[in-house]
Amino acid sequence: MKARVYVMLKNGVLDPQGEAVRHALGTLGFDGVQGVRQGKVIELDLADGTTEDAIAQMCEKLLANTVIESYRIEVQ
Amino acid sequence: MRAAVVVFPGSNCDRDMAVALRAAGADVQMVWHKDADLPADIDLVAVPGGFSFGDYLRCGAIAAQSPICKAVVAHAQRGGYVLGVCNGFQVLTETGLLPGALMRNSNLKFICKDVDLVVKTTDSAFTSAHTVGDMVRYPVAHHDGNYSIDSDGLARITGDDRIAFSYAQNPNGSVADIAGVLSENRRVLGMMPHPERAVDAGHGGTDGQALFRGLLDQLVSA
Repeated sequence: MKARVYVMLKNGVLDPQGEAVRHALGTLGFDGVQGVRQGKVIELDLADGTTEDAIAQMCEKLLANTVIESYRIEVQ
Repeated sequence: MRAAVVVFPGSNCDRDMAVALRAAGADVQMVWHKDADLPADIDLVAVPGGFSFGDYLRCGAIAAQSPICKAVVAHAQRGGYVLGVCNGFQVLTETGLLPGALMRNSNLKFICKDVDLVVKTTDSAFTSAHTVGDMVRYPVAHHDGNYSIDSDGLARITGDDRIAFSYAQNPNGSVADIAGVLSENRRVLGMMPHPERAVDAGHGGTDGQALFRGLLDQLVSA
C-alpha cells in the first residue's frame, strides 16, 4: 500500500521561502498571487495493513516537526 | 570536568569544540553517533555544529533519532549538562530538550559573519562568567537559524529568564532576537552562534573563552 504525507508550516508561522516564491511570481508578471505556502510531500511505500495510526506516529516522531509544522495523511 | 563531543556524519565543528573545551581544561572524548552509551561520569555533552546527515528532512531531525541522542536525552534528564551549538542547537530542539524550532533565515541566505550578542542572564553555568548586558562577538554560519516559538512558549522562556543570548542586530529573523535558549533546569543550552570559534587570537577574537571558562569553574567546583 502507499500513503502520502503532506507537511506544511502551521498557519501563523511565517514562511520565508513561500514569500520569496510569491515575490518571484510577481516579478514574472503573474499578478494577484496573494500568498504562497511551501511544504513537503512524502510518499511512503508500506506493508499492506499498515494502520493510519502507525503513519500518524511516523509523522509525530520524525516526518513533521509539530512545533512548527502540521501534517495530513492520504492513504491510497 | 569530563566532556563528550558527539560526532555525526556531517559534523564539522566537532574538533573546534574539543579544542575549545580542552583549552579551558576539560578532559574531552569524542563519541560516535552510533554509540548507544556515553562514556562513564560525563559532566557535559557538547553537540557540535555542521550538517548532520546532510540536513536531510529538517536540520537535526535525523541526528535527533540516532542512538547517541537517546543517551544524550537520558543524560540531560539525569541533570547532566548539554551544550548544543548551531546544528547542535537544531538537534536539541528536534529531541525536545529545548523548546521552539530553527527555521530558514528570513532573508533566505546562508549567513556567515561575526555577530554581536547580548548576555541576557548569568543564571546558568554557561553564562556565569558574565554580567547581564555584556556584549560578546561570536561567528555565525547558518542557513536555518531563525528561532521560532509560539507566543505561549515565548512568554514562558522570557518569564523564566531562559534566554541566554540575544542578537544586538537580528541577522536571521529570530523571534525576540533570540540567539540562545536554556532548558527549564538551566543545564541545557542551545545557541546558533559559535563560541568555540572565538577562543583563540587566530580566530580573530577570544570572547568565547568566558563561556568555556565559566562552565569549567562551575562544574569543577560542583
